[in-house]
Amino acid sequence: MIVQVENPVLEVHDLTVSYDKNPVLWNVDFSIPKGKLVGIIGPNGAGKSTMLKSVMGLVDKQSGYVKVFNKDLDEVREQISYVPQRESVDWDFPASVLDVVLMGRYGRRGLFKRITKEDKAIAMASLEKVNMQDYAKRQIAQLSGGQQQRVFIARSLAQQANLYLMDEPFAGVDASAESSILNLLQEMRAEEKTIMVVHHDLQSAYEYFDWVILLNMRLVASGPKEEVFTPELLQETYGGKLTLLDSLSNFIRQKEFPIKG
Amino acid sequence: MRELLEFLSLSNANVRYVVLGVMLLGASTAVVGTFTFLRKKSLVGDAVAHSVLPGICLAFIFSQVRHPLVLLSGAFISGWLSILSIDFITKQSRIKADAAIAIVLTVFFGVGIMLLSYIQSTGNAAQSGIDHFLFGQAAALVGNDVIMLAIVCAVLVVVVWLLFKEFSILSFDADYAQSLGLPVRSIEFVLSTLTVIAIAVGIQAVGVVLMAAMLITPAAAARYWTNRLSVMLLLAAMFGALSGFFGSYISYSAPKMPTGPWVIIAVTFIAFISMTFAPERGFFFKWLSKKRKVNTTMDENILKIFFHLGEKEGDALTSRKIAQLQARRYFEESKMQASLKRLCRDGKVEEDEHGWKLTKVGVIESKRIAKLHRLWEMYMSKFLKIPADHVHEGAESLEHFFTPELEEMLEQELDFPETDPHDKPIPYTKTSVS
Amino acid sequence: MSYSFWIILTGALVASSCALLGCFLVLRKMSMIGDAISHAVLPGIVIAFLISGSRSSLPMLIGAALVGVFTTFLIEFISKKAKMQNDAAIGLVFTFLFAVGIIMLTLFADKMDLDADCVLHGEILFIPLDILTTGTFVDIVPRKIWILFIVFIIVIIALRIGYKGFLITTFDPSYAVSVGISAVLWHYVLMTLVSLVTVVSFESVGAILVVAFLVVPAASAYLLTDNLVRMLLIAVGVGVLSSILGYFLAKWLDSSIPGSMTATLGILFLISFLLAPKYGLLPRKLLRKKA
Repeated sequence: MIVQVENPVLEVHDLTVSYDKNPVLWNVDFSIPKGKLVGIIGPNGAGKSTMLKSVMGLVDKQSGYVKVFNKDLDEVREQISYVPQRESVDWDFPASVLDVVLMGRYGRRGLFKRITKEDKAIAMASLEKVNMQDYAKRQIAQLSGGQQQRVFIARSLAQQANLYLMDEPFAGVDASAESSILNLLQEMRAEEKTIMVVHHDLQSAYEYFDWVILLNMRLVASGPKEEVFTPELLQETYGGKLTLLDSLSNFIRQKEFPIKG
Repeated sequence: MRELLEFLSLSNANVRYVVLGVMLLGASTAVVGTFTFLRKKSLVGDAVAHSVLPGICLAFIFSQVRHPLVLLSGAFISGWLSILSIDFITKQSRIKADAAIAIVLTVFFGVGIMLLSYIQSTGNAAQSGIDHFLFGQAAALVGNDVIMLAIVCAVLVVVVWLLFKEFSILSFDADYAQSLGLPVRSIEFVLSTLTVIAIAVGIQAVGVVLMAAMLITPAAAARYWTNRLSVMLLLAAMFGALSGFFGSYISYSAPKMPTGPWVIIAVTFIAFISMTFAPERGFFFKWLSKKRKVNTTMDENILKIFFHLGEKEGDALTSRKIAQLQARRYFEESKMQASLKRLCRDGKVEEDEHGWKLTKVGVIESKRIAKLHRLWEMYMSKFLKIPADHVHEGAESLEHFFTPELEEMLEQELDFPETDPHDKPIPYTKTSVS
Repeated sequence: MSYSFWIILTGALVASSCALLGCFLVLRKMSMIGDAISHAVLPGIVIAFLISGSRSSLPMLIGAALVGVFTTFLIEFISKKAKMQNDAAIGLVFTFLFAVGIIMLTLFADKMDLDADCVLHGEILFIPLDILTTGTFVDIVPRKIWILFIVFIIVIIALRIGYKGFLITTFDPSYAVSVGISAVLWHYVLMTLVSLVTVVSFESVGAILVVAFLVVPAASAYLLTDNLVRMLLIAVGVGVLSSILGYFLAKWLDSSIPGSMTATLGILFLISFLLAPKYGLLPRKLLRKKA
């Protein structure tokens, strides 16, 4: 069940990604239409985050390619924005909310040009969109989980991109933060932005997304949620690991044998 | 040369003491250090080693004697204090472990340097030995010191031997140890105490600055050779003793030289050798096995060509010229020659007047490769949802990675299909269809 | 200018350069890499000295700084390619290079006025005596101070220009890469700066005080503020203060100057550890009692 689309915003072609020669994603091949809220769904260790990272060029591809707006990543980097997992940074870092959101302007402005009034205005507007404008001067160490997540999204908004890749934006945030983030994503969709979200909760996925990608080391399905959310496909995604794939991976990987007593 | 012989004969009683003493030091610190290494506390070890300096100096200032037991207790106390300080800083503030280690290391050592310069300025006659704690001076050890150090080392080794099980569980998985109901905190306490003692003893030979290497480098080297902890401990002890022997020889033949750096050079050299030549994990071995893999991949590809030609013509045992093989799938002639020779040696092909042909063994082997290729294509299209026109490339590389166990798993998971996604028959060999 | 002034100024210049870079090392959780580099540059210094026959010459600086960068490269190589755990790789590499340095020092002791003692204490006492003889105003200031000053200016300029690069690659390297900024490049820029500062500071104050200046002021400042610019300034302040106080402590006790400066750093750290308004131990304990 893989629905390919005409004029995709993002096209992932035959993508295989390995760590230490050990494939973690096998021949993934899909395309994403414009203006959709897309959920990437699958169990732990399915390679969901790795997918996003390889689209952004953060991990090396073993084979396959990725096209964004039918171009190579480096040509259209300004059009794409990536939101890493909240836990991937140290929130004790001495910076203010505004400092972090302004980083969203670094890519466009270049590192060696000054931050302008316009940049600051854009950053403040982004904060307003996530309803964090009152926290601009606040130190990031003092934020709650949901607030941290919203700061990350504001930083991403400040990039003024057209395609957004978000790694687990709903993880570890409370219910009210979750619904306000969801509202924001829906507003963005209304502006014809495309948003791809790694999501771990199957319950809410159907409600949140228009288009769903089911992933478990390989692509199980990709298409409109109505077509993808079938018991068979979900069973295939969550119905345990493919033991052979697992054993083969383990064998190929550089054998870092555990030490025995 | 004469010097070396004289040294090796151990005829001089003092040489004998020093050599045995330093070797014992090297071995026992390596044994204790193996756990430091496995618990990923190498840099804490470095901090503790630097931190014993103020303890030694204070013990000397108060007692005014250079008795090893006195200095050892001073070292022991300040070494323990440094461990506690690192824990305290990381637990009680937002400072991360790396910075806490660096802070404790430098501040303790700085205080030690202050005390050392104080001792030097007082011009005490007995002070001469204190300097040696910086870079080590094995030859400065005298008979009684060595005997006492030897006893301490022996105690260390015996304790490790007695608590071997506890220490190993703690080093691999502290949470698991806790769940077993082991007194993790007490074991940790004993292990840390042993580490501090090992450091306090070891600095006699290598000095505080380089002591960390004496703890962890033998273990790091040993790790390349084995996966068994008991073997690793033995190897580490051997490496430690060997470098201790080397260091004491240098110290004997060039009295002006500090011993520590030479011991470290020796042990690091052993580590580099291990890194390069150890089976399984060494660079050289990995390079060899990579080369071997390239060869077997090539050989299997050649066998597959024979199979494909035989399948088309309905005769697996026809002799073929290299050009015919190349027409089916091109490889450089020299590579094909080499590969055919290897296959010939393994009894899978033989040469006759018409060219090369498969042997009986070769036929079975060629079928196996083709079967794996087609089964894996089947697997990819069935379980990985990969379209049939995409599966060939993946199978081309993975068919060479199957062990007999994986092969069996593949057959069973697919339940012995008749054809592959391109509707080609899957050539089972007799043994696998039961 | 008095003798004491030059010594304190030496300490303050080293402290400032180290403290600025140290803030980024601490925030990147790479303090021990700083420790490793500051030990590992020793063979570089000795070789450069043997070749050029003088100290603090340009080739010496470049050579030794290269060794520093090589150290980080070697550590990464051993931990990635030879699969040794990172902490052990750090420990193995720097002890080895330091040992090589010490042996070379001892072997060529008669050819150079650098010895193992200098490695620990530096030659801070002799800095005021080493004066240039150009016959101009330059001669008023000791030679080494000029060099330290120039390096300090280089650090300031590099941080001023590269501030955003260091900031974003320290806080969130994968995000930085996603917007097209190379985290690897900035890592090596930082390592080169650390090596350069370490090399020029090493001879003046010794290996240990270099590490102390890299880590302790930054860690103290980290407890005192939540603002990176303020953290950089406070770290410099702590560094300079400890070189002033440390000098007088050394004079009072008649002991090693670098030792005393390190001890003073320890005291200043302890004060901020205990009393820092937001992150100190006592204020937090009191707050908890009230709550």
